[in-house]
Amino acid sequence: MTDVTNKLPNSGRRSAIKKVGALAVGAAASPFIPALSGYAFGSDAPIKIGMQAHRTGIGASYGRWYERVATATTKLINEEGGINGRPVELIVEDDGTDPKRGAEVIEKFATLHKVDVAYGTLFSHVVIGSSPRAGELKLPYFVVSEGHHVASGKLNRYVFQPGITDVKSQVISMAPWVSQNLGKKVTMIYPDFAFGHDHRDYFSAAMKQQGGEVLELIAIPPTESSFTRYLPRIPRQTEVLYHVMVGPGVLTFVKEMGQFFGSSRPEIFGFIDSLEAVDFATPQLEFLDGTHFWEAHPRYAQQNQSEFDRFYRERVGVDENGASIDDPGDISTYSHMFGCWETLFILKQAMEASGYKSSTPADKQALIEAVESMEKFEHGRNHPQGSKVFNGKIHQSFGHQHISRVENSRLNVVHTTSIEDGMYEPEGDYTQMPL
Amino acid sequence: MDFGPFLLLASLEGLVQAAVLSLTALGLCLTFGVMRVVNVSHGEFYMLGAVIAWWAASILGPKYALSGYLIALFLAPCIVGLLALASERFVLRSLNYEPEATIVATIGILYIIQQTVLMSFGPDAKPVNPPFYFRIDFPWFGYSGYKLFVIGAAIVVLSGTWYVLARTRVGLIMRATQLDRDMAQAFGIPIKRVYAYVFAAGAMYAALAAVLIVPIRQAHYLMGADPLLMSFIVVIIGGLGSVRGAIVAAVLIGMSDGIISMFFSPTLAKMVSTLLVALVLVFRPQGLFGVKTS
Repeated sequence: MTDVTNKLPNSGRRSAIKKVGALAVGAAASPFIPALSGYAFGSDAPIKIGMQAHRTGIGASYGRWYERVATATTKLINEEGGINGRPVELIVEDDGTDPKRGAEVIEKFATLHKVDVAYGTLFSHVVIGSSPRAGELKLPYFVVSEGHHVASGKLNRYVFQPGITDVKSQVISMAPWVSQNLGKKVTMIYPDFAFGHDHRDYFSAAMKQQGGEVLELIAIPPTESSFTRYLPRIPRQTEVLYHVMVGPGVLTFVKEMGQFFGSSRPEIFGFIDSLEAVDFATPQLEFLDGTHFWEAHPRYAQQNQSEFDRFYRERVGVDENGASIDDPGDISTYSHMFGCWETLFILKQAMEASGYKSSTPADKQALIEAVESMEKFEHGRNHPQGSKVFNGKIHQSFGHQHISRVENSRLNVVHTTSIEDGMYEPEGDYTQMPL
Repeated sequence: MDFGPFLLLASLEGLVQAAVLSLTALGLCLTFGVMRVVNVSHGEFYMLGAVIAWWAASILGPKYALSGYLIALFLAPCIVGLLALASERFVLRSLNYEPEATIVATIGILYIIQQTVLMSFGPDAKPVNPPFYFRIDFPWFGYSGYKLFVIGAAIVVLSGTWYVLARTRVGLIMRATQLDRDMAQAFGIPIKRVYAYVFAAGAMYAALAAVLIVPIRQAHYLMGADPLLMSFIVVIIGGLGSVRGAIVAAVLIGMSDGIISMFFSPTLAKMVSTLLVALVLVFRPQGLFGVKTS
């Protein structure tokens, strides 16, 4: 196969890189660029972003919030003049949190809606199911998934994850803290599919490096609705119980864990995924007091809350407890959905740097190369979760992680990792793949 | 955990599973036994029961969990029963209870119910507070007292059903209809009305099972698939149409599921149940307690 990238004039790529650099510096210097009046230049035809949303199926709580955040971000971008002077239109299609339908949605985006990019998928099995089709259709595909699949180098050059960190990075950055503060003998409970396997593989390895040991691995089918039967497999000498669960059964899982252990529980370290969209003040969750959770973006506004986080909450309609402003019982998926916000701003930045005009192969190539040439996103309004380092070779961002402690049904951050804590050697290089 | 307590927990979990399963399977078994209708929408009647329980609980709020629960216990089977009555009257009866046609029709009912719930109730799983909460503290592990109540409640309902079927006039009419439809009609039994009530009763069992289980699980629009599959497994193993067979098979499958899930893996438990079905179909197609038909 010929490497198409070599045929591109070098100057195009170089200038794109320069523009990205300039924009990044500009964005860092003044995060609040005054809004442009109307759409400054270019045609009025909108840039179409196809959002693959988990409106139904097991990812519905995430899907609802992802869609809200994407809508809020699009609105903000449009208020400020759109992308390259063109308005942005978000086209949302439900994928039912199902890999097969995910691939069909990608196809629909490319052929029916003729979108410029596809965007916004969370569940790893849907990402893995959709990516090959996105690659075949040469449709840039920006996921907000957390899984390690993008960074693993096993997908293709059209798939990016710039707005959220991946599981491998998250767990290796936190393993030292867990082993030093909670214990070295760990039992893991995780969902039995790609996302859970990332946890299993990378956290086990990271704990071993810290001199720790994983006693038992308990995989739970993602559609499971009853969990007590798995709990006796937790060995008695377990010092830390590590849990990460997704899907409609999460609350049942945590409640049954409480019934099982009562007051004689080991230390518990959970991924907030086990309780995203769930209120900590739900009856029977009191037993979680004193346990720890990973959070990417603290759900409860902390004392040192940044102005960016405040602005972001206001725009996406979330109060300081992480619940919807309209309905305090509607809890957000706060630790994930910021990725939708940040990804859209990255997309805007890259489209502007590459001078993206329409969905021609040349423009798409330039867009992909522009994203690949990005290196850093500064903490700011467009990146309210925190600064990030982007590795263009593996299409993945690296950022800060938080460990929070449950105190009076509220999460308070007790430790924040550095970006370097979560860095690892790249396992692939997408830039070597043909476009 | 030592073997003893481990087995105790596995058995308790198995019994809860068996309790709920015997109720849902009983409903499916009645409809098949009396009407010869394979009701594929059975799982959705179950789901609807859970959704109604959530609805009652959320209107009354967590303070009145017990009243909400009692209301749901009464209201859910009633509403679901009425809905089943309507679908029997307007769908199944129009198809003259043709076996193939009713399968397709009940698949249609399945989707209608599921999608209506999705559009109104939403795609999220929603928790329902148990009517009471106490944790039984065994020396080795804790267990929810409410789960024991579920087992007790199922035993009460099953005994009641047995009494009605075996000792009352209603039961006699149902058994007569099951045995020979034409002969029963010749003796003046209003077959159509019996069919309507049996179909409604079948759905009500599913709804009741769901109200019992929903405080342990959660209400979710996709929750009907698993009980439907398990009920079919139970009904096939027990013998299509045999109430006794359904209950024995439910206890068998529930317990084996509970114990195999815990000692080995839940996937293996599902494999064993499926294998059992295959074996029964090959070696004893009429099921454990079924009657051989020519």
